[in-house]
Amino acid sequence: MNIKILGAGCANCINLEKAARLAASELGIDATFEKVTDYADIASYGIMRTPGLVVDEQVLLAGRVPTAAQVKELLAPLVG
Amino acid sequence: MTIATAPDTRPQSIKHWGGLLLAAVIWWVLYLLNQPFWDWLVGRVFGLDLTSRLGSGVQFFFLDTVKILLLLAGIIFIVTVLRSFMSVERTRALLGGKREGIGNVLAAGLGVVTPFCSCSAVPAFIGFVASGIPLGVTMSFLIASPLVNEVAIALLLGLFGIGPTLLYVSAGLVIAILAGYVIGRLKLERWVEPFVFETKLRGKIIDSTAGLTWDDRIQMGIEEVGSILRRIWPYLLVGIGLGALIHGWAPQDFFARYAGADNPFAVLIAVLIGIPLYSNAAGILPLIDALYAKGMPMGTLLAFMMATVALSLPEMILLRRVLKPKLIAVFVSVTAIGIIGVGYLFNAIL
Repeated sequence: MNIKILGAGCANCINLEKAARLAASELGIDATFEKVTDYADIASYGIMRTPGLVVDEQVLLAGRVPTAAQVKELLAPLVG
Repeated sequence: MTIATAPDTRPQSIKHWGGLLLAAVIWWVLYLLNQPFWDWLVGRVFGLDLTSRLGSGVQFFFLDTVKILLLLAGIIFIVTVLRSFMSVERTRALLGGKREGIGNVLAAGLGVVTPFCSCSAVPAFIGFVASGIPLGVTMSFLIASPLVNEVAIALLLGLFGIGPTLLYVSAGLVIAILAGYVIGRLKLERWVEPFVFETKLRGKIIDSTAGLTWDDRIQMGIEEVGSILRRIWPYLLVGIGLGALIHGWAPQDFFARYAGADNPFAVLIAVLIGIPLYSNAAGILPLIDALYAKGMPMGTLLAFMMATVALSLPEMILLRRVLKPKLIAVFVSVTAIGIIGVGYLFNAIL
């Protein structure tokens, strides 16, 4: 599973990454994490508010920082 | 998605609403008791003469700190919850296809109500422009958003009442509309970084506010209060400290003499000082409160505040990624001219 965090480095993106990592480890997912900070790339995903969560090239969430539990809910259906 | 519902949803919601009501009551009580409490503490317990410089400065400091914290917490919470019903994606959908003029008005209005942090300025800009929204309309949105912000509204309301607050909001909107319109008319698309127009928006457009429950919204409100307060408290203390100094030590009509309504350059100078200043509304307003009490006219003060809040070096640096320097210069100048005009206008009519 490829997880991308879209954001230019403000606190929200860092928190999203933390939540995503926690969720992935709790679900036992072996995921590669990438940080996308280039604005052109970020915008090409169609999101307008950072932070953004992209899993396997699908935008799952944008514009707010979810709790790890909420990220788990988003990731769970994609496992297996 | 799983459809497991929490078994105790209703009691939890009632608990949340009850908690909210309690918080509101506590807030009111604290707000009303604020002044009498500090009068008592500083005047009786510390034994300072409240009419002396030290006494009134100290009292101002504590009084304003508590009052501003209460106002900020209250308004940020309410505005965040209200804004959770609105999203930048929906704004873009609403603006798509509107021509200039009408588009500018809509964009400015939406800029005020759409949740927006400055780190999203660039993605939002790209998102708007790449989807076909005219440059001028996008500019109206970008100007209105930081210019008319809820922190400033909260503080103006608490410190000066509804009149100046309404003036500020309408002035901000008018400036955003006109500046955006002018920039649009100047046909400056060639001064936007080319990659913006070439950005392909692929993937589904995610609406970040879909599916939020009331509990989610309340949670967001609380988090936003915490996050904003954590970010601005140094500015706040500096602003209140400066305000307290002015309050206690500057002679009563000091500013009226040098920067009063009969000084034709006052607004110009105030705006020129305000533009490079990087502060947020919370830091500036206590200062403005004290300056006003010492005789500076409201028009000049509002212009100063708007110049500080609407234009800042960090934002310009961010925008450099998508705007060529000439366009940034035009953006700053047109906005500044608008603010200066508003300052003179208000001084004339107030």
